Amino acid sequence: MKYIDEYRDKKSAERYARALADITTRPWTIMEVCGGQTHAIVKFGIDQLLPAGITLAHGPGCPVCVTPLELIDKAIHIASEPGVIFCSFGDMLRVPGSKCDLLSVKAAGGDVRIVYSPMDAVKIARENPARSVVFFAVGFETTAPANAMAVFQAEREKLGNFSILVSHVLVPPAMEAILASPGNRVQGFLAAGHVCTVMGYTEYYPIAEKYGVPIVVTGFEPLDILQGIYLCVTQLEHGRACVENQYTRVVSREGNAPAQDLIRKVFRVIPRKWRGIGEIPRSGFGLAAPYAAFDAEARFGITGYTAEESGECISGQILQGHKKPRDCPAFGVRCNPEHPLGATMVSTEGACAAYYRYRRE
Amino acid sequence: MCLAVPGLILTIADSPDPLERAARVSFGGIVKEVSLAYTPEALVGDYVIVHVGFALNTVDPREAHRVFEYLRQMDELAELETSPP
Repeated sequence: MKYIDEYRDKKSAERYARALADITTRPWTIMEVCGGQTHAIVKFGIDQLLPAGITLAHGPGCPVCVTPLELIDKAIHIASEPGVIFCSFGDMLRVPGSKCDLLSVKAAGGDVRIVYSPMDAVKIARENPARSVVFFAVGFETTAPANAMAVFQAEREKLGNFSILVSHVLVPPAMEAILASPGNRVQGFLAAGHVCTVMGYTEYYPIAEKYGVPIVVTGFEPLDILQGIYLCVTQLEHGRACVENQYTRVVSREGNAPAQDLIRKVFRVIPRKWRGIGEIPRSGFGLAAPYAAFDAEARFGITGYTAEESGECISGQILQGHKKPRDCPAFGVRCNPEHPLGATMVSTEGACAAYYRYRRE
Repeated sequence: MCLAVPGLILTIADSPDPLERAARVSFGGIVKEVSLAYTPEALVGDYVIVHVGFALNTVDPREAHRVFEYLRQMDELAELETSPP
């Protein structure tokens, strides 16, 4: 496929790996923020091509993984209500809540539907005016334009039976939280290319400057990631800490203006809890006042519910780059994609799921 | 939900409402309906990056070779360094 196959060329990948070995004089730890990049790194063995000193830390950029336990519980609560049609992206169904998951609600007769886009949920609401239709709006900046459009359209059509359970998180505050944490090892970032497709990358300038870390906006194919690492290591070796864009064929400095406009109209920035990490200020979206009527938490009277994380899952450590999946004693033993202990094993973008699929031995 | 691959726009259904502008987009032969509400500039034959049903950007063909040009430049530099004076 065009724009995919050529970026997987083995000879060019080996050439980048050799060039990296030539310029690397010291050990460096670089975090790829996005779960999609983690998946590509493990799938194509990119980390195994790198010089010994370079460590890739897998970041928190998997929306399924960072959705806090209490929101999963809230989703399960709403989906279990009689008459509700609960719509979600497929990867949220197996994420364990405190007691069960959404799939078990479906198995017990709940009307839980997998949708490809939030607009599918709006369509279901339009076609089922007597039913309450709730969409589980999870994701980073990449899904925010679609979720904002769903609410905007529902408001335009006065679909009173539609609401969303919002679990929107933002990448730059999480990067800052990681850099500010006492145990931080991350010296440079590969920023998530598709998040920047929407938001641009001006938000990263103050972070690069404040923490003295290079931030390279990077794509998702093996050559993109290798070039991103090369640019990042070049900066580290020269003591520079700038924002650079590797993914120029898709990302512009300013991002997608119409998408940002609608996001700002429908959402407002709020503090969010991250699974395994805790609350991060200004790290997510909630509905803006004019659209507050579409908030499923308020509609179902569960705004105040909280739940404590528990169990042996170390996903919080993994999401911050402190540990790797194989550091977990449960990995592949008591925890696998069929019986996940935590979200990093559930999602296709989760680090544990990627290691389980490609690196089990 | 975040794994976005570039898809080729096959046809566009224009609409008086720009939010309703939509396209049929082929992802290596799998065709999906995609909203062009956020990419009013997209045309038939363009490649778009799509997330959960929405095209978020068109792929810039002029920038697509940069990753290879960078390699070529590194090779040329290496040759300059190793070639005898």
